[in-house]
Amino acid sequence: MAVTLNEPRTKDSPVVRRGAGKNWEKWGWVYMRASGLVLVVMIFGHLYVNLYAGDGVSALDFAFVAGKWASPFWQWYDLVLLWLSLIHGANGMRTLINDYSISPIGTGLKKLLSPHFIMKSALLGATVVLLILGTLVIFTFDPCPVSSNPELLPSFCPAAS
Amino acid sequence: MSTVTIEAAQTRIPERTTETTAVEDAPPGSFVVTLIIRRYIPETDDEPRWQDFDVRVLPTDRILDALHKIKWEQDGSLTFRRSCAHGICGSDAMRINGRNRLACKTLIKDLDPSKPIYVEALKGLPLEKDLVVDMEPFFEAYRQVQPFLIANSTPPGGRERTQSPVARERFDDTTKCILCAACTSSCPVFWTDGQYFGPAAIVNAHRFIFDDRDESAQVRLDILNDKEGVWRCRTTFNCSEACPRGIEITKAIKEVKQAILVGKP
Repeated sequence: MAVTLNEPRTKDSPVVRRGAGKNWEKWGWVYMRASGLVLVVMIFGHLYVNLYAGDGVSALDFAFVAGKWASPFWQWYDLVLLWLSLIHGANGMRTLINDYSISPIGTGLKKLLSPHFIMKSALLGATVVLLILGTLVIFTFDPCPVSSNPELLPSFCPAAS
Repeated sequence: MSTVTIEAAQTRIPERTTETTAVEDAPPGSFVVTLIIRRYIPETDDEPRWQDFDVRVLPTDRILDALHKIKWEQDGSLTFRRSCAHGICGSDAMRINGRNRLACKTLIKDLDPSKPIYVEALKGLPLEKDLVVDMEPFFEAYRQVQPFLIANSTPPGGRERTQSPVARERFDDTTKCILCAACTSSCPVFWTDGQYFGPAAIVNAHRFIFDDRDESAQVRLDILNDKEGVWRCRTTFNCSEACPRGIEITKAIKEVKQAILVGKP
């Protein structure tokens, strides 16, 4: 059976204007432009250092990443890159959800079970989890953890067999 | 193709008669073009359907002339809007070969008449009948931006409000709008988001925001700073391409965004 969407502006989506109040759309729009400009520079910097400078792409391995994260400069570089790009992407996904799903009019359970609300919650959850995990990895990364199986350690670790 | 047409079109003259008379009386330079029109008559159709018509036209004929020929000579039930028929009233905007245009400004010979020409109603507005859509949501958004001069102060000298040619030039482009809805109904955000103001409303807000005689620019900027206001624009340029008056709509929307950011026009 064919699934049909409601025609826009039928009774399910009456035009509702919110009153004048704080509205984040403007700042979301500004963020996309500002972060976009910074990201263009930072991503090409990232690609240049990882894939081209020195031995190029052949130098890229576990030791290379471990070496980079031994320096606070690259830790902060990667942190800024992670936060700017992940929030940039998530905000883009948010606008897609706003564009293609109608926000529910009801409250309570009707709102909680609407595709619009579920997609937005999933997006927010995924973004927050990835940001926290990424930040944790950048600052707690230890290439040679103490008391781990020496066979699994990379060759440059003192404890490696 | 034409068998279906004869069965569907109740008032159509049998094809052989039409063809014979047409060829005998055919004006020099005329040719036959096939129009495939998306029909929908709410009393009899559950779903819109495509119906094709063969029309003999001249190189000087527009899509509107072909629609008239169909309505007057083949099928009187074909429904569409038109008023002035000269590109000013904005009544006959429709989707022709997948692009929003005015039927009265589109020459058939410019559209490759060797292939069938597809004609359908504007998208994104509720379909009422054949090529007629409900324009109310469009005008609702238009009214919300207060598209009229608001000037409550006494004019200088108590006589009239003068405006320099430079100040007039500032919003000249957006005065050209004829409210045909070709831009708004070509906007992908307007198709899917039931709440977006749409390009035409922003264009008409622009016309007064940047008018130095007007005193309510800030009110309109606040209205368009809404969640469903200018920030919904994805700069896809569909509106600028669709506008039969050649208004640089995306640029106008961008100027309104800029005015909201700096807080004044």
